[in-house]
Amino acid sequence: MGAIGAGIAALGAGLGVGLIGSRAMEAIARQPEAVSLIQRNMILTAALVEGAALFGIVVGMLAK
Amino acid sequence: MNFRYALIFTASLFISAFSLQAQDHGSSHEQDHSALSHEEHGDHEGSCCGQEEHSTEYDPVSTVMHHIADANEFHIWKDVHMPLPCILYAPGQGWSFFMSSKFHHGTLALDGYVLNHGRVNRVADPSFPKGEQHIDGVCHEARMVLDAKGAETEKDFYFVCLDGKPYQLDPPSTLDGGVLGGGLTSFYDFSITKNVFAMILASILLILVFSAVRKGYARNEGKAPSGIQSFFEPFFLFVKDEVTLPMIGEKHYERFQPFIMTLFFFILFCNLLGLIPFFPGSANITGNLGVTLTLAVFAFIITNINGNKDYWEHIFWMPGIPAWVKFILTPIEILSVFIKPFALMIRLFANISAGHIIILSLIGLIFVFGQNGENIGGVFAGGIVGGLFTAFMNLIELLVAFLQAFIFAILTASYIGAAVEEHHHEEAHH
Amino acid sequence: MFFLVDFNVIKPDPGLIFWTALIFLLVWGFLGRTAFRPIQNALKKREEDIQHALDEAKRAREEVAGLKADNEKLLAEAREERSKILKEAKEVKDAIIKEAKEKAKEEAQKIVVNATQEIENQRMAAVTDLKNQAGLMALEIAEKLIRKELSGDSANEAFVKTLVNEIKLN
Repeated sequence: MGAIGAGIAALGAGLGVGLIGSRAMEAIARQPEAVSLIQRNMILTAALVEGAALFGIVVGMLAK
Repeated sequence: MNFRYALIFTASLFISAFSLQAQDHGSSHEQDHSALSHEEHGDHEGSCCGQEEHSTEYDPVSTVMHHIADANEFHIWKDVHMPLPCILYAPGQGWSFFMSSKFHHGTLALDGYVLNHGRVNRVADPSFPKGEQHIDGVCHEARMVLDAKGAETEKDFYFVCLDGKPYQLDPPSTLDGGVLGGGLTSFYDFSITKNVFAMILASILLILVFSAVRKGYARNEGKAPSGIQSFFEPFFLFVKDEVTLPMIGEKHYERFQPFIMTLFFFILFCNLLGLIPFFPGSANITGNLGVTLTLAVFAFIITNINGNKDYWEHIFWMPGIPAWVKFILTPIEILSVFIKPFALMIRLFANISAGHIIILSLIGLIFVFGQNGENIGGVFAGGIVGGLFTAFMNLIELLVAFLQAFIFAILTASYIGAAVEEHHHEEAHH
Repeated sequence: MFFLVDFNVIKPDPGLIFWTALIFLLVWGFLGRTAFRPIQNALKKREEDIQHALDEAKRAREEVAGLKADNEKLLAEAREERSKILKEAKEVKDAIIKEAKEKAKEEAQKIVVNATQEIENQRMAAVTDLKNQAGLMALEIAEKLIRKELSGDSANEAFVKTLVNEIKLN
């Protein structure tokens, strides 16, 4: 069960980070001069999403 | 800005090209030995000592776990180990100090302490003779026990065999309270372990490098930077312009610059040292929860002791919202104060551990495909496939090493920024 | 519970926590004091120096521009001065020439007038002198003639008498 939960958490994180990446690419394409700002915020947001996913994975592992 | 990224990228490529080659050689040897030593540990006598325990099968999971774990001696090459000082404390017995080489690779017991798979364990049984004892070996047995939640679970127990009699071994105490399968046992291990040793090494490197950079600034005052100074200046400016200045703000950032810089470079050096696959490196420093816990606690303390009135007001009594919402929001805000550093801790730990596990698993493909050396074709296939994937993963891990150090630093900076920020307008808050 | 049995990196070890805290604090204290702070100050100082140099250059440029304008003004003033002086000089020259001319003319006039007068005077003197001479000469001639004639004829005497009457000084 835990492994399944961890897998689902990873799935969610993948979707989230993918969305962030795609939107960031679009934003950079639209405004190449803001690339530094967009990159920083992209990494930050991705880190937050990933944090939630890791939470899920750890809890999943603990919950057997 | 782009130049800065390009520089960091080039540096990563350079380091990776070096470490890639080494990983292919170093790790496979290490793996080789570990597989063998695992086999040796198999046949012992006792309650489990008497049983014939053959584990000639290559067990990828336990090998990987053994490699990412902390150890009381630093494995260098085949049978060569670097001895490390053991500092042990057992309530009732007091402190014990000796070098790990005195265990003679686990064949001797010292005052009830035994080296089990590279880690010091202790015999809690008072009938176990003190002093130097020649032991027959260590064996293990799986038993069903009640865990912290009262459910039955299978747990590995290790025994040391002395004169055919088994004595149960206690692992070192851990602070997880039994939730993660550890807990307080009969002794505490304050040794300079493999991780501590690697951490000291990283710190010395850090101090040497930045002292040199510092000298460069003293020498080239009023002039253009040169040498190692010009190599590290972009990193320095990167942390300032991308992390502290935008996150903490013009007014306060200078105060926190040394802390954020130390965090960033300490994590970065530990990450990179962990990626080097042979002797001074390879320790899974930042992939150990104890290390990331400490760093996260530092971030937590620095954030909260610098929190101003606005910060605490926003936690306990968020202004500008109806009172009944405050009763829901306040517990969430209080929780988030702890969740933030908790997420920092888990993120760094999980990323670096996962990287080490993946690389070791890919190297392990050689043994899985080679069926423990019986299938030469499989060894080659595993070597080629595993080697290529390891090369690829190493590149990714270099990126991750930088990225995680950056994320840890930038998130800490943003938490500190939120704590010291002054809210002038009631509408301005989120 | 899958691989958590061996997964001891997730168990926080008090020894490791102690050493991590100690090492991190030492690195933070040492590097913060001896490296990061001085480097930060050096960078800041350099930034300020560069800003200062830029400001200085800008100020110097402005100064030079101001100086140039001043020069131009000075030059223009000088030029004006020169033309003024030249004009004045010309005026003075013209005035002097005019005055001299006038003076000369006047002098000449005076000289001419004096000369005319002198000439008149001289002429009058000469005429008088001539008259006197002529009178004397005529007297002498007449005396000689009369002496000769008088010794002879009475008719002659009468004629001389008429002649003398005829010579009358205009």
